[in-house]
Amino acid sequence: MAYVAVKGGERAITNAHNLLAEDRRGDQSIPEIEADQVREQLSLAVDRVMAEGSCYDRDLAALAVKQSRGDIGEAIFLLRAYRTTLARFGVSEAINTRQMRVERRVSAAFKDIPGGQVLGPTFDYTHRLLDFQLMANGETPLERTEQADELLPEQVPNIEDVFAHEDLLEHETAAANENETVPFDLTREPMSFPADRDQRLQSLARGDEGFLLSLAYSTQRGWGGTHPLCGEIRLGEVDVEFIPEELGFPITIGQIMVTECQMISNSRTIGEEPPRYARGYGLTFGHNERKTMSMAIVDRALKNRPAEGEKPEFAAHDEEFVLYHCDNVEASGFVQHLKLPHYVDFQASLQFVRKQREEWAERQAAKEAAE
Amino acid sequence: MKVLATSTPDHVESLWAQASELNEIPCEIIRKPERGLVMVRGRAGSAGEQFNLGEMTVTRCAVRLPDGETGVSYIAGRNLEHALIAAKADALLQSESHHQQAYDAIVAPLKQHNEKNEADRAAKVAATRVNFFTMVRTREDKK
Repeated sequence: MAYVAVKGGERAITNAHNLLAEDRRGDQSIPEIEADQVREQLSLAVDRVMAEGSCYDRDLAALAVKQSRGDIGEAIFLLRAYRTTLARFGVSEAINTRQMRVERRVSAAFKDIPGGQVLGPTFDYTHRLLDFQLMANGETPLERTEQADELLPEQVPNIEDVFAHEDLLEHETAAANENETVPFDLTREPMSFPADRDQRLQSLARGDEGFLLSLAYSTQRGWGGTHPLCGEIRLGEVDVEFIPEELGFPITIGQIMVTECQMISNSRTIGEEPPRYARGYGLTFGHNERKTMSMAIVDRALKNRPAEGEKPEFAAHDEEFVLYHCDNVEASGFVQHLKLPHYVDFQASLQFVRKQREEWAERQAAKEAAE
Repeated sequence: MKVLATSTPDHVESLWAQASELNEIPCEIIRKPERGLVMVRGRAGSAGEQFNLGEMTVTRCAVRLPDGETGVSYIAGRNLEHALIAAKADALLQSESHHQQAYDAIVAPLKQHNEKNEADRAAKVAATRVNFFTMVRTREDKK
């Protein structure tokens, strides 16, 4: 059957875009929100868009949130689309989270973790009561935040340093020949399986928060049994160093806020090695604690491989299932494409159902005649 | 370069605008300010194998002074003016005759401002550190 082009929607589309713009603006008697205000006051939405949009730029992410009317999935899509218009200058040196200027750092495993439990700007311990003052007359007076005389150490030790003397944690060390290998890059290569850790971590770092959260939850509730403990979670700024080809030495090109989580779970014995805790790692752009913890739990679950003495049996253990479905731009594209015209598919499907019904009616008639 | 890269574009621009002796030096532009991306890498478990965390926007620029010194900038974000000034400042900082002047007029005030902000923030963060204490019995144990 020939493909029949259907035309006639242009005018409707233009009008729909105009209506959308009007709805985005809302009641015009209320001042328009500025992208700067989104960046400063809806900063966690901005952080999520940067993390899952896989592009660190607070201004662009804020613009995307404004343009998408606060639809975070749409904002992520906008940012992903924008990044394809830019050339890549190169890759940075690996960021060093040990040298993070820590803004928040807690360990659920060690009360007395060196460097201390630093709460930072957290919703934890708030009462989750709506604050009507924020609605009444705009600005809530800020209480002066106390300043401590004694600062945190310049480098806050991480969970590895704490365990180092006992060697209780699974080792995570860089390969000696790492300069000879190039980490997997999802933006340049299609997914391939079995996936190595680099592919997995990149995919999870930009994966959908909701999907990873639910998967992580499933492992806690019995569909995975990872029994994770939050070894450490930290938030803060790190320097990004880059070696421009014209200089040949690293320069700091900026500072980015990242959230990092080290989950420890289920000690295990691999080969002849002594038993050690397995680890899961989470790292994301911005302040994204829920996502980063989920990422770490799912990273650990994906280590569940027969080669390492474990039995993969649940969804969170299945890397093809997890990695193929965690990207929300792809997922939402495939689900939402169902809104586009499928007239021909439906015609074919209709013909088939009608034929089935004819055959059914014939069988019924034959049965009745026989009786 | 770190100081120039980690300061706000507004601050860099206002200091540059005030530094009339520096900003009037003619500069040849080798590469116009250009926006692009740098892929940021992380390490599994913070010290393990490298992986690609995600990209960041970066603007770069290159200039040459009349005395031949070149300046290069790579600055996070998309601000063309910021990258241009940073490249010029980089060139001036390398030139013997202008180094001190450029440092005093641009780098030193930025550095001082940034350090003050960082210290204020660090002090507020440090005030959220938990000081655990143990409840002490106030009543004598029963005999």
